[in-house]
This record gives sequence, structure tokens and C-alpha cells, in this order.
Amino acid sequence: MTDHIAATPPAEGPLLSVRGVDVGYRTGRRKQVTAVRDVSFDLHPGQSMALVGESGCGKTTLGLGLLRLLPRTGVVSAGEVLFRRKDGRLVDVRTLAREDLRRFRWNEAAMVFQGAMNAFNPVLRVRDHFLDTFRAHDGGRGSRARHLERSAELLRMVRLDPGRVLDSFPHELSGGMRQRTLIALALALRPQLLILDEPTTALDILTQRSIVERLAELREELRFAMVFITHDLGLAAELADRVGTMYAGRMIETGTTRDIFHRARHPYTSALINSVPPVTGDLRVPESLPGGPPSLSALPPGCSFAPRCKHAVERCGSTRPTLDVLRSRPEGMSHAAACLRSHELFAEGVTRD
Amino acid sequence: MIDRTVPATQRPGPAHGHGTGPGDASPVLSLQGVHQVFRTPRGDVPAVAGVDLDVRPGRVLCLVGESGCGKTTSARMAAGLAGPAQGSVLFRGRDVAGMDRRERSDFRRSVQFIHQDPYASLNPVRTVYSTISAGLRRHGLVGDRREARRVTAELLERVDLTPAEEHLDKYPHQMSGGQRQRVAVARALAMNPEVIIADESTSMLDVSIRVSLLNTLGKLRDELGVGFLFITHDLAVAKYFAWDGEIAVMYLGRVVEHGPTPRVVNDPQHPYTKALIDAVCEPDPDLAHGRERIRLRSSEIPELTDLPPGCDFHPRCPLYEQGDCDSVRPPLVPGRDRLLACHVVNGG
Repeated sequence: MTDHIAATPPAEGPLLSVRGVDVGYRTGRRKQVTAVRDVSFDLHPGQSMALVGESGCGKTTLGLGLLRLLPRTGVVSAGEVLFRRKDGRLVDVRTLAREDLRRFRWNEAAMVFQGAMNAFNPVLRVRDHFLDTFRAHDGGRGSRARHLERSAELLRMVRLDPGRVLDSFPHELSGGMRQRTLIALALALRPQLLILDEPTTALDILTQRSIVERLAELREELRFAMVFITHDLGLAAELADRVGTMYAGRMIETGTTRDIFHRARHPYTSALINSVPPVTGDLRVPESLPGGPPSLSALPPGCSFAPRCKHAVERCGSTRPTLDVLRSRPEGMSHAAACLRSHELFAEGVTRD
Repeated sequence: MIDRTVPATQRPGPAHGHGTGPGDASPVLSLQGVHQVFRTPRGDVPAVAGVDLDVRPGRVLCLVGESGCGKTTSARMAAGLAGPAQGSVLFRGRDVAGMDRRERSDFRRSVQFIHQDPYASLNPVRTVYSTISAGLRRHGLVGDRREARRVTAELLERVDLTPAEEHLDKYPHQMSGGQRQRVAVARALAMNPEVIIADESTSMLDVSIRVSLLNTLGKLRDELGVGFLFITHDLAVAKYFAWDGEIAVMYLGRVVEHGPTPRVVNDPQHPYTKALIDAVCEPDPDLAHGRERIRLRSSEIPELTDLPPGCDFHPRCPLYEQGDCDSVRPPLVPGRDRLLACHVVNGG
């Protein structure tokens, strides 16, 4: 008998498991709209998932709902958000008590908000933002000097000069520096999951590039999982392992980045991809996708995309398609699309391959 | 301010009017050696330092560059919203600064501006009809209310806001971002302009809407012969919209590369243009992961109040060589197919 067996870590399962989540907003005394409907996905440790779609499709609402950061009128009204904590315990974020929730946020999962300026307190120096974070979420452990040292280390990690940045006020930093600082701050307590809402929108292209590269490197180094919300499909192609397309509050297609960009099977995903003019090569005329997503309070009875879809047939207006798995893969990397005609359209060569 | 010391002159002759051939038509609007300096407590900020640009009828001139490179300031000077500190802005060959009241009114009508943010550029208490017809009435282009409504409805149809009757009496808050931006385009179009200056007009919009708005603008360019000064930081948009036109790349107040769009985008020469094009995220995962990226020496842009000696780009430039780069500012010189300001590329 061999005295030591190679300790294979147990199959860990997903880090985040979202099950049939609905998110609603109260819009009046007895009125409410459901902004996210029946969304399910599994995110495994270290994965990077992009949520794409037009404005008003529920991307940000879903992102906020995962951490229960919704505004007061919003609520996760159904489903489960199961999260595997660092200690291995599985918790449902939806039912966490107040204090547990506070400990969960930032330690386990952190958020990088859209609009780097608004995420800071304008009257506090960057140093105080870091110190406050450590004080509030780290249970008051460690001295001030220790925390400052750790802050400097975090800032160096995002390629900033701590000597200059720590003593600055947010308005004294450029947009790119603010965004990096925000990422450093989000990583302060080594969360397992980072949710980024439009992390590079409103930044200049060269700044955007350096942030994208740094994020990819940091993910390699620190092995955190990412969910990032973007309407920039180029960014999704670059930073994500897998992509979920959202339309009118539902996840309508999900798959690996290659599935989505090379073999999209939902006409909406194809249309989104085809509407981006490429910068390399000869001129390709992008497709336009007229109209906008439907009002959430008056969704069409069948497929929500049917009124804008070039390929819609009669039954699309009456039957709602389910998210069907087209190619099954482990670890949540399956390719699935919610389109009644996905097989026909694929056979006709309408959707890309 | 209206300069009354210059006598009123006749409208320029046909040589300055609409040209027929697209490439060789004479420019409607020109910036000649314009400078703009902003005085601040921290010192003078040379936002634009000697820029020459021509906008021709039915053609697109695209200005690209990072924030703070002087794109918007150049556009504001071109529109007459700010006077240049040095140099001149010519409209149909006439200096805008020396125009009399009538000429100036004509210039104001012929050169229209579309702003970036359709949420801020439309008056929230005015209906679409009221917004668009304000200019028509101001310039006496319509007789009565019925005619104003008819013309406004036609304009809405031209920018694909159909059915027009439904939109005429809407307020901005009842419309989406894309629809509002179309109202802004219709308002510019109401003046029957020769030049439209569009400052990041599509950057706030969703990708899906961006293309259809660009197509609408393209229709105006091709069917009505409107010349465009189009400002964007998105090179893919610049490439699509200005494919038959020109691109001028600006860096810290100067043009560093200027030439026909297909040449500049597909074969960039200036290291800054190369870096900009290389930095674009392509919606193709294989392309995105497979390529070798250009490494800039620094990602931070220098302060305009404290410009480096020599070439403005040398602290970030991957081609930097000791010598001329850090002592002599490279002039913008014509080459085979474009204007270029770089010691290394022009010398080698």
C-alpha cells in the first residue's frame, strides 16, 4: 500500500450558480416591471463571462442583482444566487442576513462600477478610500501602516505610482488612472469574483487598451472570476472566455467566445456582431439593426425579438422560445440559444458559422 | 462680434460654390494655420497649435485622436463658435472674422453643428416640432405654421423618424437616444447646410443604432452633397463613414498624419496612428488573442501646459531615437500619399 496518494482536489463545482433569477423594479404603488427574467447560468472559478446586449436589456440590473446592490425599488424576486465562499460553504446571496451580506461583499465578490468618477467620494483622498475599505470589511484587523503598505502594493499591481496616487483626490487623477484605482480597490480583499460594469466605456482608446491588458494579466495572476457587462463586443471578444447575450431581460444565447463570434445561432447576436464595423481589412458594410428593445411592461407574447427580427415567422409571434442547448460542454461552457428557428436558420446559412 | 470695418462684399462666385467632381471640388470650409490658446491660472494651454484642414462638398474629413488633442476645439473654431487666436477660418474663401452681418448669418445657416450628447443638446421643454422649426422661422425659411409643420415632417422623414406625424409633438424625454440624435440631425438639416460638423455624434449610441445613424448621415452626404467635418475617437466608425474621404489624426493640438482614409487606416505610418489602430478591440476572439501588440513607452498623455521638447509624442513613442526626436518638432510634410510628421518614418 502506498503511504501517500496524490491528493486530487475534489471536483469543485461552480463558484456562482444563478438559478431562475428574476429582478423586478417597483414603479408605482401596485405596479412593478420585471427587468430580468428567468436567468440561469453557472460560473466556474477563474472564468470570465461577458454580458452583452443593447442598453435596457437588463445587463446592469442582473449584475447589481447578483450582489444585491440594487436601488431601493429593485428586488431579486425569484430564483437563487448560490455562491461558494472561500471556506467552501455554499450560500444563497438572496437570503443572506444583513451582516453576512456585508461580509460577503468585497471579501467574496466585488464590483467595479460604471463611471469611475462617481464611484469615488470626491472629498476623500484615494488613501482614505483604501483605509475605509480595509476597516469596514476586514474586521478591523491589521494596523494602519500595514493597510497603507497593502494599498501601495495594490496600486503597483495596476501600474500606478502609489507615492503620487495615494495622496491625491479623485479629481486630480485622469480617467484611466481613476479606473485603475477602482480596479485596485475592488481587488483589495482578494475577492473570488469581480463584476465590472462597462469597465472601459468613456476612456480613450489607448487607455482602454492598457486597462484591458492589465485586467487580463491580473486574472492570470490572481485567478479571480469575472462577470463583465459591456456593449462593446470587441472587448467581450478579447476579455471573455464565454459570452451571454441578453435581450429584453432574458438570456437568449450563451456559449464560448468562439461560439458567439464565429457560430452565433440567435439572429439578435448575429445582428449585434454584424453591426460593428471592423477596423482591419477592406471596408465591410455593417448591418443596421433598426428599432430598439421592447418596453419591459409590454413585452410581445412570443419571442421578444420577433418584431425586429428579419427571419421571424408566424409562430415566433406566439410561442416563446426556450434556451435550448445546441452543443453540450462541461463547466457551463455549453452553447445554447433561444430561437425557434435556430436549426433552420443555421441550415439556410443565415446565422454565421 | 460683427466686424463692421470690412465693407460688405458680394457673395463669392461660382468657383467657390458646389463642385461637381468629388475629389477636386474647392473647399467650402477651411481652417488655415489656426491656433487656440486657453488662458488658465496654471499657464497658457495651447489646445490647437497650427492646424490646416479643408472640408469639401459631399466629402468627409474625419478628425481622430484622444481626448484633449484639440479635436473639439478645432470643430468649434470651424463652426465659428470660437475665434482662432491665430490663423483664419474661411467659408467659401471668405474669412469668417471679416464677415458682415448678412454674410455671417449665411455662414451660420450653412454650417451646422451636431453635438455629442442628444440628452443635453435638445431643450427638454420644447417639442420636436418646436425644436426643428425654430431655425426655419428664425431664418425666414417658412411662411406660416402649416408650412412649418409640413417642412418639419419632411425633415423627420429624411432622417428616418417615420411616421413623422407621430413624432412631431413629442418631447425629448419620450424618445430614445437614437431618436433624439435623429432630431438633432433634422434640426441641422433644416438649415439646408453645406457643411455639417458632427462632434462625437454617434459615440453615445448603442452599436445597433450607431450604424443606422451613420447610414442616414451618409445619405445626406451622397444625395445632398453635404460636406462633413466628422469627429470621433472610434477608428472603426471613422473608417466606415469616411472611406471615400480623408482622416486627419491629431495629437496634442497638431495634425500628425493626414491622408485618404483607406491608406491611413490600412497602412498607418505615424507610430501614434499605428498605436491607435492597434488598440482597437476587434470583435473576433482569434484575431484578438493572436496578435502582437504595440507597446507604448508610457500610457499617460503629457500635460498641454508642460509639453515635452521636440516631438510631442516622443515620451510614448516606440520608434523613439535619440537626436531629433527629443529636440526638434517634426514638421507635417507631404509624402507619396499623405502628410506625415515623424522624423523616424520620414527620414527612413
